[in-house]
Amino acid sequence: MEIVYVYTKKRAEFGRQCHFMDRPAELHVNIMPDETASQNFMSKNPIDFGIQVSKEYSEHEVNTIRFEIENRSINHVEGGWPKDVNPFEPEQTIRYRKKVEKDEAYMNTIVDLGKTMEHVIKQNNAIDIYETYFSEMDQDQVEDLPSAKTINVFRDPNPIKRTANHISWYIDGPKKIAASYCNLEFQKARSEACVDSYIWDVENPNKPELTLKPISPLVCIEFNPKDTHVLVGGCYNGQVCIFDTRKGSQPVEISLIEKSHRDPAYRTLWVQSKTGSEFFSSSTDGQVLWWDYRKLQDPIETLVLDPEKKGDIKNALGAMVLEYEPTMPTKFMIGTEQGQIINCNRRGKSDAEKIAHIYPGHYGPVYSLQRNPFFPKNFLSVGDWTARIWSEEIKDDCIMWTKFHMSYLSDAQWSPVRPGVFFTTKMDGTLDVWDFIFKQNDPTLNIQVCDEPLHCLKVQEHGRLIATGSQSGTITLLELSDNLCTLQRNEKNLVSTMFERETRREKILEARNRELKLKEKEKAGAAHDNAENKEKKDEPVEESGLKEADPIEKAEKDFFKIVEEEKSKRKKKMEDSSNKENQPEQTDESK
Amino acid sequence: MSVSEVEETIKRITGHKGVIGLIVVNSEGIPIKTTLDNSTTVQYAGLLHHLTAKARSVVRDIDPQNDLTFLRIRSKKHEIMVAPDKEYLLIVIQSSDSNLAH
Repeated sequence: MEIVYVYTKKRAEFGRQCHFMDRPAELHVNIMPDETASQNFMSKNPIDFGIQVSKEYSEHEVNTIRFEIENRSINHVEGGWPKDVNPFEPEQTIRYRKKVEKDEAYMNTIVDLGKTMEHVIKQNNAIDIYETYFSEMDQDQVEDLPSAKTINVFRDPNPIKRTANHISWYIDGPKKIAASYCNLEFQKARSEACVDSYIWDVENPNKPELTLKPISPLVCIEFNPKDTHVLVGGCYNGQVCIFDTRKGSQPVEISLIEKSHRDPAYRTLWVQSKTGSEFFSSSTDGQVLWWDYRKLQDPIETLVLDPEKKGDIKNALGAMVLEYEPTMPTKFMIGTEQGQIINCNRRGKSDAEKIAHIYPGHYGPVYSLQRNPFFPKNFLSVGDWTARIWSEEIKDDCIMWTKFHMSYLSDAQWSPVRPGVFFTTKMDGTLDVWDFIFKQNDPTLNIQVCDEPLHCLKVQEHGRLIATGSQSGTITLLELSDNLCTLQRNEKNLVSTMFERETRREKILEARNRELKLKEKEKAGAAHDNAENKEKKDEPVEESGLKEADPIEKAEKDFFKIVEEEKSKRKKKMEDSSNKENQPEQTDESK
Repeated sequence: MSVSEVEETIKRITGHKGVIGLIVVNSEGIPIKTTLDNSTTVQYAGLLHHLTAKARSVVRDIDPQNDLTFLRIRSKKHEIMVAPDKEYLLIVIQSSDSNLAH
């Protein structure tokens, strides 16, 4: 088919400049579909032919073999003496020296060299060319953005990768880290997997400084603050063992298996004691055991975490984490597998007295628990998708909380140098740095440490270095920028007032809640509505309807009434906590 | 040239402000004369003997007609000065703090 379009133009108009103008569309040709042509085609379903015009690429990777460096050196002490002189015989060496000193060449040389030397010394004393000028001037306070950089990466040298579960920093300066490696995934603990854990020199990622060889993989490890050679580890099979770096890889002491935990000993912590040999361990079997490493046959003390305070191990809550603050030697806290946080006092005479209070905690296991190093009354916990800050005074709710994250939080720790800063690790491989003086609803800094889940973190005492452990056993060492690890002006006061303000707010809300409940009770009468007595405001409302067993109509009415009440309550709360992130249920509702 | 003249020179050098110690080392690295204790002397002698030899070979490698005449090592705490000769090395350690006092 040929499409031709002819137009005419006068000769006189040739080459004249054009005048464009708007005009309606005109149809020049219209080709109708030819039905008969379709018979030449064959329909195909499904169509497996790509019609996208794009170049095909393929990806290739080449990785050079890792170059391993090893340092070797020779300590050369003394030598070079003539054959007939024994360097260990003082008489002979003195005689030799005397002989040299009398040598004419020696004397000439020294006098000559002495002149040059004296000249230089005099120069040095005359003017200090290295003098620092303006030493009293303040360094410019440049407010650079908070940042962090990776210094070193320590990989699990084993072919079967295991998770780095717990890290402990060497006590005297940032020289070494001890890390425990164990695969904690459900039914993944393979017998042929390596059980070793390692102590790494911070400078050398090629080879661990020491390999710890326990009988069962370690789930936690901790340096003794009083004796830097001694470490305590909790094993996957529930035993606790002591390592001494001077005595090699094998554990020096192991607790008896029948006296140990029945579940992995998830946390071990050293206790403030005169000898520095006491520690305590906790496990998901619901027991807390105190030990003295000089006699590991029997635990010194045991505590069963029964929330009903009857000491029944069947009802006991599994302990995931322990918290111990050496400045409060008799107190400790436990984060449980069920989400509660238990405040304990070792002084108590019975198990019931030891369990001082149970905080509601999280919707899932508590993975981290730590008191603020500056304000020990306030503590930080991590579980489910949030990090929460609590005050000891407020028994039923936390005072501050982060928003619900997209991925699980795995660990958290306060900065040891800044009261308002804490760090959290998440399962998406990121590390968050929170500075709630600066920002409350979002982390100040978010670092993608690696592509796999991070399981633990540990901040060095000086607050500058952070070690994070990932699922495949890679430990990444990060260094924070100066502004994240130096105490800001007035920071302590600001943090203190913020904690106090939030505590007061929670107190007011608590009082108001109680009042409302009382009123409700009076109104409803003593006969029914037990569900309202439940303190928890998150209590599922449907449950009350079921319990009642009243006619459906009444249940429905009750339900909507409660929902209305909840809404108004939350609204109030939202107004009160306008400076903070809203609770997720609220955001869900608003959506 | 007498022994007393040498003694005189050494005394004069050590008498200068900020001088911590003086060591004379022979070509084998053996300390002949020292005003420091034995272990420090041995360490300084051994290490600086090597360093000076290396420094000299550097200077000579660059230009064979050239030679090392003096070596100053400035550090945070002090300055180590080495005057080399064919046979002997004269090492003097002078503290930097005294310089700062000016």
